[in-house]
Amino acid sequence: MNNRKKGSLFERINTMTKPKDSNHLTAREIRQIARENRRVTDALENKRNRKNVPESEYLTTMKNPDNVVEFDGLRTYFFTDIGTVKAVDGVSFEIPRGKTVGVVGESGCGKSVTSLSLMQLVQRPLGQIVDGAIRFDTGDKVYDIAQTPYQVMEKIRGSKVSMIFQEPNTSLNPVFTAGYQIDEVIQLHNPEMTPEEVKALSIEMIDMVGIANSEGVYNMYPHELSGGMRQRIMIAMALSCSPKLIIADEPTTALDVTIQAQILDLLRNLKDQINSSIMLITHDLGVIAEMADYVVVMYAGRVVEKGTATEVFKNPQHPYTVGLMASKPVINRSVERLYTIPGNVPNPVNMPNHCYFRDRCERRTAVCNGAYPQEVHITDTHIAACYHTSAAEKQV
Amino acid sequence: MMTEKHEEVRMTGDSPMLRVKNLKKYYPIKAGLMQRVVGYVKAVDDVSFTIQRGRTMGLVGESGCGKTTVGKTLLRLHEKTAGEVLFMGSDIHQLPHKELRRVRPKYQMIFQDPFASLSPRLPVAEIIGEAVREHQIVPNDEYNDYLDSTMKACGLEPYHKDRYPHEFSGGQRQRICIARALALKPSFIVCDEPVSALDVSIQAQIINLLKDLQEEFGLTYLFISHDLSVVEHISDDVGVMYLGSLVETGTKKNIFQNPLHPYTKALLSAAPVPDPTAKRNRIILEGSIPSPANPPSGCKFHTRCSECMDICKVEIPQTREVEPGHMVACHLYNDQGTVVEDA
Ligand SMILES: Nc1ncnc2c1ncn2[C@@H]1O[C@H](COP(=O)(O)OP(=O)(O)OP(=O)(O)O)[C@@H](O)[C@H]1O
Ligand SMILES: Nc1ncnc2c1ncn2[C@@H]1O[C@H](COP(=O)(O)OP(=O)(O)OP(=O)(O)O)[C@@H](O)[C@H]1O
Ligand code: SF4
Ligand code: SF4
Ligand SMILES: [Mg+2]
Ligand SMILES: [Mg+2]
Repeated sequence: MNNRKKGSLFERINTMTKPKDSNHLTAREIRQIARENRRVTDALENKRNRKNVPESEYLTTMKNPDNVVEFDGLRTYFFTDIGTVKAVDGVSFEIPRGKTVGVVGESGCGKSVTSLSLMQLVQRPLGQIVDGAIRFDTGDKVYDIAQTPYQVMEKIRGSKVSMIFQEPNTSLNPVFTAGYQIDEVIQLHNPEMTPEEVKALSIEMIDMVGIANSEGVYNMYPHELSGGMRQRIMIAMALSCSPKLIIADEPTTALDVTIQAQILDLLRNLKDQINSSIMLITHDLGVIAEMADYVVVMYAGRVVEKGTATEVFKNPQHPYTVGLMASKPVINRSVERLYTIPGNVPNPVNMPNHCYFRDRCERRTAVCNGAYPQEVHITDTHIAACYHTSAAEKQV
Repeated sequence: MMTEKHEEVRMTGDSPMLRVKNLKKYYPIKAGLMQRVVGYVKAVDDVSFTIQRGRTMGLVGESGCGKTTVGKTLLRLHEKTAGEVLFMGSDIHQLPHKELRRVRPKYQMIFQDPFASLSPRLPVAEIIGEAVREHQIVPNDEYNDYLDSTMKACGLEPYHKDRYPHEFSGGQRQRICIARALALKPSFIVCDEPVSALDVSIQAQIINLLKDLQEEFGLTYLFISHDLSVVEHISDDVGVMYLGSLVETGTKKNIFQNPLHPYTKALLSAAPVPDPTAKRNRIILEGSIPSPANPPSGCKFHTRCSECMDICKVEIPQTREVEPGHMVACHLYNDQGTVVEDA
């Protein structure tokens, strides 16, 4: 890129994608968008692909040394032919060392893209981090992942931070055995190990995630395993290098409750053993309540509420969080019909200027038509972005 | 309208929507250069159950116990190994392929893994609409409106139509799968973990939607899920599977308020509760799941059961009806109720 300042790229994108009804784009408009997109993404790609970038460009320091990760105003956009999808639009939160942070939110609100941004695994060149910082303390150095070149990231990924994906079926390669794929990860990060040692460790990992017949499963192909077994293979892969941060994206969605309980225990114990932290993405509020020390609630690409687990569960402030809690069926508390939040998420290509939740909100008043609400502190740790939290009411 | 409904009832008579008798599905294990069959994975081993028209049966159980295999086999997406599957009295496993194609839209499945079952090269409108046109579900001039309203009902917007599956989040893809199945106006749907990839607010929408459709069109569901709170909410009856067999079946009240089988009790105690201060009294299952290629003798659960007795290791427990409609296969109840031949 040239000598433009960082903020201006984000501003330029904003003017370039003026709100437009994407149902009715002409072929000419689509071509024009595509051309403009390519200009922006090429520039970003070139910057990331440079070799021998001085460390000063991407090393940084943590705001608070107790954190492992600090997301700071992260914006990750997808430059599609029908317009810019602002999948993550100004997300800030911290992951303290040794703690578990649970991220919840509507399907499509940007939870996975937030975590993929930290891994630099957002689909390229379509998806790009366009603004903000992701500070990651790997132990010896602090990286700003948003500025880190791809080459450098390769070494961090897998050894310092690893990820358990949402869809085990697509993340495992169907043409290789489960064992081969775990071997590969271990070998990559431990080149000094002999093939026998690698295999032994792989089998130990398969055993550790609760699969009987570990030697047999070592030689099986993904299609021969049940959904839950595939997921456990993924977990074995992710934990095999004792990472500083484990990102678990719906790690137990495919699992039944008894194994879920085992896996959650396993994650908790492993986390303490290797003193790592967990970023846990799930829509299962039960799992969050059980695992998380802190909870982050996202809606349409932004954080609407965050706080300790007790604060968010016992005293939810944002109307979306309240609706989320009310939608969940609870065993032995039967209701005829589940509560649902009315309406839908706004079109991500065409976000409004007011509160994104306004059209679905039961608490809305005239002030909600104003600018997107500021974050309000309920306590030091408990924050919500809404005009009508209890703390905001008191100020008025 | 009235007469049409009447006709249908008479036609189907008293036969339940679905009756599964002694269903078995074994996958061969092949080895060596010649790929000789050296054994079988007994994924589904002698499963029997009945679902009445307009009801929902929930199917729960440990990962790998064969729930998906039950669903796929009874719809004949896989050929069965043995047993009988009757849809309204007729066996779809006996139909010639041409006839099978014709009845396919009636019996649908929403798959567990939404990504693997969506073609990456088709836009969403095509994924959902292709079979609608092929089977002439609605007249051509209503097609577009029908597509829009089906998508809307499943929480998809018209602007999603031209997008491709990879551009969607996990939960959005699941909604595409649901829309694809519902668009064919089926009468029976196997829902394999249909909401586990969705956030709770959409989960609630989809569950309410499934229930509404059931009321309106008398749909019948087999609902596979490991989320017990969802199963309790949506099901009329519940079946609990362990290692290829049904160990307990009953109404949801039977199962949730009076669980009998030790495995069912362990399962219920493991369910997470959405309250960070809740006290948990969990029954931890010792050991790991045995391999279905080589299941334990006697009661398959005996290697992990805290109540295991001598008889459990040698003798397979019979299925007994211990209260009306409540069946359990466990030696603890040998002096209660009556033995059922096939449930
Ligand atoms: N490759 C892509 N191209 C275009 N848009 C994308 C792409 N990947 C994701 N998006 C969009 O970005 C938004 C956020 O997606 P993301 O996968 O982060 O959702 P999520 O919060 O993880 O949802 P879920 O709970 O369903 O997994 C969605 O609106 C999605 O449509
Ligand atoms: N095509 C196949 N070939 C060989 N074995 C298979 C095949 N498909 C499934 N199996 C085996 O059959 C058993 C049952 O698998 P199934 O997918 O039905 O389990 P499930 O109950 O749906 O589990 P989950 O809750 O994890 O989805 C598993 O042990 C699995 O390894
Ligand atoms: S700002 Fe207003 S519209 Fe937005 S969530 Fe709060 S009360 Fe509802
Ligand atoms: S039959 Fe025996 S081992 Fe099996 S569940 Fe009952 S008590 Fe436990
Ligand atoms: Mg996701
Ligand atoms: Mg399954």
